Amino acid sequence: MAAKITVYQALNKNAKKLHEDWLTQQMQDEGLREDLISNEELRLESEEFLKTFLAAIKDDLLEDSNSSNFDKLNEMLAGISINRARHGFSPRETGYYIFSLKQAIFKTLEKEITDLKKLYTEILRVNKLIDSLATVTFETFIRGREEVIIRQTNEISDISTPVIQVWDNILALPIIGTLDSSRTQVVMESLLMKIVETESTIAILDISGVPAVDSLVAQHLIKTVSATRLMGAECIISGIRPEIAQTIVHLGIDLSGINTKASLSHALRFAFQTLRLEVRKKTDKTAS
Amino acid sequence: MIVLNKDTIKIEKEQDVVFFRNRVAEYADKIKMGLVNKTKLLTAASELVRNMLRYANGGKVLCEIISHATLQTGVRLTFSDQGPGIPDIEKAMQDGYSTGKSLGLGLPGAKRLVSIFDIKTQLGKGTTVTITKWKNG
Amino acid sequence: MEKIPILKMGDFLLVTVQIDLYDRLALNLEADLVNMINKHQAKGVLIDISAVNIVDSFMGRILSNIAQMSKILDALTVVVGMQPAVAITLIELGLPMTGVRTALNVEKGMELLKRNRILDSEEEETTSTDEDDSAE
Repeated sequence: MAAKITVYQALNKNAKKLHEDWLTQQMQDEGLREDLISNEELRLESEEFLKTFLAAIKDDLLEDSNSSNFDKLNEMLAGISINRARHGFSPRETGYYIFSLKQAIFKTLEKEITDLKKLYTEILRVNKLIDSLATVTFETFIRGREEVIIRQTNEISDISTPVIQVWDNILALPIIGTLDSSRTQVVMESLLMKIVETESTIAILDISGVPAVDSLVAQHLIKTVSATRLMGAECIISGIRPEIAQTIVHLGIDLSGINTKASLSHALRFAFQTLRLEVRKKTDKTAS
Repeated sequence: MIVLNKDTIKIEKEQDVVFFRNRVAEYADKIKMGLVNKTKLLTAASELVRNMLRYANGGKVLCEIISHATLQTGVRLTFSDQGPGIPDIEKAMQDGYSTGKSLGLGLPGAKRLVSIFDIKTQLGKGTTVTITKWKNG
Repeated sequence: MEKIPILKMGDFLLVTVQIDLYDRLALNLEADLVNMINKHQAKGVLIDISAVNIVDSFMGRILSNIAQMSKILDALTVVVGMQPAVAITLIELGLPMTGVRTALNVEKGMELLKRNRILDSEEEETTSTDEDDSAE
């Protein structure tokens, strides 16, 4: 009699015990993030998942995890994984959620199925099913993380390239942080767009906020200056700290073709000169 | 990796280049590629097509939109000709090297403009260049 | 065969490239321009490429060639209105087009040509009458 019991029946019969076992398994793991998820939440989440899991395997078709029976389960698992990715769980912690279920199920099956041969085949089937669920977990987990990364990258590049019009025909762009090639592209693009938009003829690239200038960063700077010139505007680089000037020369980087100024105010003064503008202190004529 | 769109364009004469470029632009627009990346892709394609016409009397280009598991989509172009092949690939990939009278920026320049660049050549049999430009870089 | 029109405005020649150039068209433009410079003794050439979406190494070379040839014929070439995407691509391609003068738009390009013309004629006069107007 006992030999004829299906996996579903075995698990369904012991659903409560299975749930407890699974929770114990999860809580035993030292990686359990009590700071990120409370025991109560975990209990509810697991209960819900187990219910869906049992519903999915009701017809005892464990092999085909792509069948429509598993749609809801996969969806739910994906939701859980993405959620965990967003909340900063590690891959190990997320993976353990589904792998610990495996342990709990095996434990139940061991008790319910006495025929060893049958136990072996059923365990293999469950094993395969859980593995495919684990794949779903990792896929969605990684996708969730990537979404986070992409969003952050976009945010950073948006906030880190403010192009300011400081005067008629003069733009300034303070660069803060490291200049890598993708950043350079964003800097160049927003600078050139702004040049077209404002018809500015002089752009000041202030690098006081760039921690270090190596040959690669210098190359990016040269590229930006050259592109500005192609558009028909002049580009001045300002905010070069003494130690940066030293490294530039020590590395043998040739910046001779580029207009460099020590500070933003010097660059601005130079820009005024080029545009034949004059800033003077107002003399109070009524006093004399 | 999944191929979403596919099209082969024959390049036999100069006028085909304009048609080809428009088709590549269409593909780039279809995946909403940014203007700068689109321009880079089109320029690289233009360089390679010109090479194909000059050295191999034309050939064909396979245009594809590809999608990667990691959310990346891009345009992949495969230029294949049955020309004389390139005797010294390493040299051909250097800036300023040219057997013709061009600036010698074609191959190395195209490589700098795209995300993935691959070249295979066989003397007397022809050359195949594959370039991929991702939507975001 | 299509042809790119070249307009004459006083001492200057004005070319507006409205379509994406292919090779033959670009080569014809080069030849036509050089002939026109010679015929009209032009002192400046303004090439507006604001409608051009792609400049590859070949077209870049044609533009440099025109600049160099016109210089030999004593005319200044200014390329105006290059799109940002085109500029970025040219730099990445490795073609900084040194030697080609550029300006943001036709208006600024014209100013540049005129200023250059005034400088030229001042040199010819060699009589430095009112040089130091800034000194007070």
